[in-house]
Amino acid sequence: MSISTPMKTLISDTPTRRGVLAGLGAVAALGLTGRPALALNTQEAAGLISSLVAQINAVINSGRSESQMIDEFERIFLRYADVPTIARTALGPAARSASAGELQAYTNAFTGYIARKYGKRFREFIGGEIAVKSARAVKSFYEVRSTVNLRNEAPFEVVFLVSDRSGRDLFFDMYIEGVSLLKSEAVEIRAMLDRNRGDVGALAADLRRAG
Amino acid sequence: MSQPVQIARLGAALALAAFVAGCGPTTTPEGVNDVYEPTNRKVFGANQSFDSAFGGGGSGPDVPGPLAAATANLASTVQAPSHVVNDVLQGDVEDAVHNSFRFAINATLGVGGIFDPASSFGLEERENDFGRTLAVWGVDQGSYLVLPVIGPSSQRDLAGMVVDFAINPVRYTLPVEEQFWTLAVRAGDEVFDRLRYSESYDSVLYDSADPYAQARSIYLQNRNFETSGDEADDVYIDPYEDLDF
Repeated sequence: MSISTPMKTLISDTPTRRGVLAGLGAVAALGLTGRPALALNTQEAAGLISSLVAQINAVINSGRSESQMIDEFERIFLRYADVPTIARTALGPAARSASAGELQAYTNAFTGYIARKYGKRFREFIGGEIAVKSARAVKSFYEVRSTVNLRNEAPFEVVFLVSDRSGRDLFFDMYIEGVSLLKSEAVEIRAMLDRNRGDVGALAADLRRAG
Repeated sequence: MSQPVQIARLGAALALAAFVAGCGPTTTPEGVNDVYEPTNRKVFGANQSFDSAFGGGGSGPDVPGPLAAATANLASTVQAPSHVVNDVLQGDVEDAVHNSFRFAINATLGVGGIFDPASSFGLEERENDFGRTLAVWGVDQGSYLVLPVIGPSSQRDLAGMVVDFAINPVRYTLPVEEQFWTLAVRAGDEVFDRLRYSESYDSVLYDSADPYAQARSIYLQNRNFETSGDEADDVYIDPYEDLDF
């Protein structure tokens, strides 16, 4: 790993408490400012989704209550999805005229809404298993195909689209049998925006109750 | 039924398909062809009332797992001959063989289709229908439609349903009374699916800001997926590039 060299240097040159702290600080800074120069590749995209589905599998077979599962899904969603991009894309052109504060409130409300809505949806997968099948590059991102095996059901396909354009490796869309989360939520959020006469602040309040 | 009557019926179904295909595409600004939207919305509203009259939106009964599984397996088995016919019409030899073996195994080892041993041999259900056959033949989807009780469809898929009914091999091999039971099994399977996936259905039908637009979007995306095969990259939105989606 590229971070081992500076850390080792810092520690060995100044074997003091301050030196060790500086080294840890450098590690933390690297962690926060994101990725090494390597671009995302097919294997990493597949690895990200494998780790995502392992977490989902653990939650849907954990036997916890629905509200506990939804909390878990919200945590997983925040860790693996490019939430600001999904939220902004679902909102569409109205995102440009909204204030930064409104957009932030909307994005926060959207995160909880998605976790509640898809958390309930994933509950129907209880006892099932998601497995990553393949990954390939498409345009400027990666497509990772997985199969959901449920008891008494023909297996069906879930596709994740992964990109590093946000600065981190995250998924930005999920297709269940060809139905896109991004497109479906664009229909939903824009209908909700119409209901609130184009007011993004009111939409955020509406979203906190939805899902 | 006499041969000429069968041929006449098939001819009428194909004529309907041709008529539907002739309807030119007219699309809304968001790229959805829904020229009958006002009528569709009325039918959609009636379907919602129908659904809620039977308890939709509330908590329905839990269907015992074995009963739901047996019904789903039977429904899959009685439709398999129809899947094979459409596989053949699309020139898909692999799926035709796959579905033929699946039917043969489940109709015998699966005790007339109650069980699904074929899936454990890797012969999972691969659905097909004449709407997809029309798509393979290059027929345009036409306008989106909402059918009474049945729900979302399109001009192409409605024509497909009619033709599937006319050319279903079950109609030519089983006595009329048993044909009725195949339809009952399929209807029962739909009802059990509605109950089993109640949260997903309810979230679209009762919790959406615009349930009509949501159901239309889901139906058209899913049908596009079923008719476009595996390599359909152009359906993907790239939010990092298409900033104005």
